[in-house]
Amino acid sequence: MAEVKEDIKKPENLVYKKTDLMTDKTLSYCPGCGHGVIHRMTMEVLEEMGLEEETIGIAPVGCSVLAYEFMNVDMQQAAHGRAPALATGIKRVFPEKTVFTYQGDGDLAAIGTAETIHACNRGENITIIFVNNGIYGMTGGQMAPTTLEGMKSSTTPYGRDTKKMGHPLKMTELVATLPGTCYVTRQAVHKPGAVRKTKKAIKKALEYQKAEKGTSFVEVVSNCSSGWKMTPVQANKWMEENMFPFYPLGDIKKPEK
Amino acid sequence: MTEEIIIAGFGGQGVLSMGKILAYSGIMQDQEVSWMPSYGPEMRGGTANVTVILSDERISSPILSTFDTAIILNQQSMDKFEEAVKPGGTLIYDPNGITRHPEREDIEVYQIAAAEEASNMGMNKVFNMVVLGGYLKVKPLVKMDNVIKGLKKSLPERYHHLLPVNEKAIKRGLEIIQEYKKN
Amino acid sequence: MEKELRLMKGNEAIAEAAIRAGVDAYYGYPITPQSEVMEYLTEQQPEDRTGMVVLQAESEVASINMIYGAAGAGKRAMTSSSSPGISLMQEGLSYMAGAELPCVLLNVVRGGPGLGTIQPSQADYFQSTKGGGHGDYHLITLAPSSVQEMYDFLKISFELAEKYRNPAMILSDGAIGQMMEKVILDEQVPRRTEEEIIKDFPWASTGKKNRERNIITSLELDPAKQEQVNLNIQKKYREIEEKEVRFEKVQCDDAEYLLVAYGTSARLCQETVKLARDKGIKLGLLRPITLYPFPMKEIASMVEKQVKGVVSVEMSAGQMIEDVKLAVNGKVPAEHYGRFGGMIPSPEDILEFMEKQIMGG
Repeated sequence: MAEVKEDIKKPENLVYKKTDLMTDKTLSYCPGCGHGVIHRMTMEVLEEMGLEEETIGIAPVGCSVLAYEFMNVDMQQAAHGRAPALATGIKRVFPEKTVFTYQGDGDLAAIGTAETIHACNRGENITIIFVNNGIYGMTGGQMAPTTLEGMKSSTTPYGRDTKKMGHPLKMTELVATLPGTCYVTRQAVHKPGAVRKTKKAIKKALEYQKAEKGTSFVEVVSNCSSGWKMTPVQANKWMEENMFPFYPLGDIKKPEK
Repeated sequence: MTEEIIIAGFGGQGVLSMGKILAYSGIMQDQEVSWMPSYGPEMRGGTANVTVILSDERISSPILSTFDTAIILNQQSMDKFEEAVKPGGTLIYDPNGITRHPEREDIEVYQIAAAEEASNMGMNKVFNMVVLGGYLKVKPLVKMDNVIKGLKKSLPERYHHLLPVNEKAIKRGLEIIQEYKKN
Repeated sequence: MEKELRLMKGNEAIAEAAIRAGVDAYYGYPITPQSEVMEYLTEQQPEDRTGMVVLQAESEVASINMIYGAAGAGKRAMTSSSSPGISLMQEGLSYMAGAELPCVLLNVVRGGPGLGTIQPSQADYFQSTKGGGHGDYHLITLAPSSVQEMYDFLKISFELAEKYRNPAMILSDGAIGQMMEKVILDEQVPRRTEEEIIKDFPWASTGKKNRERNIITSLELDPAKQEQVNLNIQKKYREIEEKEVRFEKVQCDDAEYLLVAYGTSARLCQETVKLARDKGIKLGLLRPITLYPFPMKEIASMVEKQVKGVVSVEMSAGQMIEDVKLAVNGKVPAEHYGRFGGMIPSPEDILEFMEKQIMGG
């Protein structure tokens, strides 16, 4: 490796820096997984908005159960599905703090459906970041409520039969119908342009929280190369071809001016 | 002194609030008191009863199976609680709607036509206060000014304009209660 | 200053106590026979009185997790429920014990199992004192036997919960919750300010201002570290068992026979003691006020010194008797007497049982 000249390390030459709101701990996620990028976008936005001293984040149960190891802000770890209840409990007694939950699809759309819907319906001034990869990653690739029709998982080895196993649940469209939500959007992180859009969406969501508009809800459609049994490149391609048609990207609900 | 009372009738007759006023009256004269209601779905329009204890000592059990006094306001309660009066105790009842009058000979029995009287006065809602007045005549264990204080304490302030009506009903009850003698 | 006296239901007294003790949040879900707690709180508008938050959650599962959140942020948070609802909260309580978070919950026990009955019962003793959810933990459990104690124990429970960073349970029943007695109220305690929270609870997640971040979690994947977490928690329990036992003795000085009973049963047993004394039987009552920690040593010492037989009286099929027997350690006869499913034993029946099963045998 070529020797790096020390004098290049000047502030004016800095083009990119890892946010201080990400710890130095090595991410526990699989290669190609979207979580790392979504973590970083969330933390970058908090830093840019200067919210790090007043933020309390909630980690779920699922692959991102250890989110608090990587997100360098005050964090609480919730029981499976209960993150919106924790967030409600905190926000109601500390309304001036910034409170967000970071949840996967099993956590938010299956076991935590009641907590999600009711927090959104009460219009809690919190931000929910919902990472949807259509599968239970941490437990080894079982069917999630979001698993697509025909999609294989370790508990749908012949593909999801909607007659027997129900239909994939569009939680984001569902919560958009509730008067308590102010901003509901679906994004992705498979390409640089999409990453930038996701970051903007997270920023908007937190701005609406600070403006006390109600619940802001950002779904990020993501991949699971391990659970889907694909390479990261194949997983991203499969996501574009199969997930996006069913879970279309873009804003679903924006606050009225 | 310890007085153990059961007040029993239909939900909506003001059984519980009558007990509450009595208990508050006890507090006003520095007594120990307890008020133990029957609770649950049976109260929604069915029978309601409350046990009130007034005592000069610390009250041990608030749940009782026999009583010094039973105030009985419907037939179901008569069937259930006539037997629960201690020998030598007191039973007070409103004959309105009663098909089987008390039969025991070892207790004192009083009748108070409170429902009829309240209706004649055009004040059906203070029926329970007429009954309370009758009780106070038979068992003058709490002083009338303490009853009035207790009444004031147990009524939310927004109902305080009704205090004179309630007081009038209690006084009417004092006048109309009669000893019941079997033929 | 003149004492403030009120005639209140147990359920109302604890709600008033919560406002006056500077509680920050009540999160709850309706269930008979304790719905008066939230009804009283909403009627009182504590948001105006002290800034206390009251929120009706979508389930008991949500309410206990809202409490986890608020307690994790260093706030005084509480809930109340009755047996089936408390069962639903067990997951959250286990997480709170694991994450070492303080809170207070009230269980106004009704008869079970299942939907059971809404009438009073004491059949949740095991669940309250032995953990209730998964993992090695206890709830600090206090059992009021009067409306005044419903009021007083709220503040004491918060103090214990905060001292040991562990949930505390007030184990009541439908009779204590629904009955009215005289209550002496005390003065308003202000809610903690954010500065006080940061000072008193440096572990709380209040936002990482001028410090490293705080993490509230019960997760530790490394078994060696998880064992250490458990050892630390167990150390607290040993300290609680050493320092926090509370009980009341009624006519125990010369007692040859002993009743052990808590809550409503203890009220009934006071009457039994009177009946026994009238007959010349030297009967006493030991009323555990803390069920966990249980007054194990006190019972053992009474058995050592003077007592010839013990009856544990409980509105259950026999739960506390297991702890009583551990304390008695086979030295004298010890039996359970109880009614259950919402039935209440009579003082006369308790005495008869004592005479036939313990004194006669």
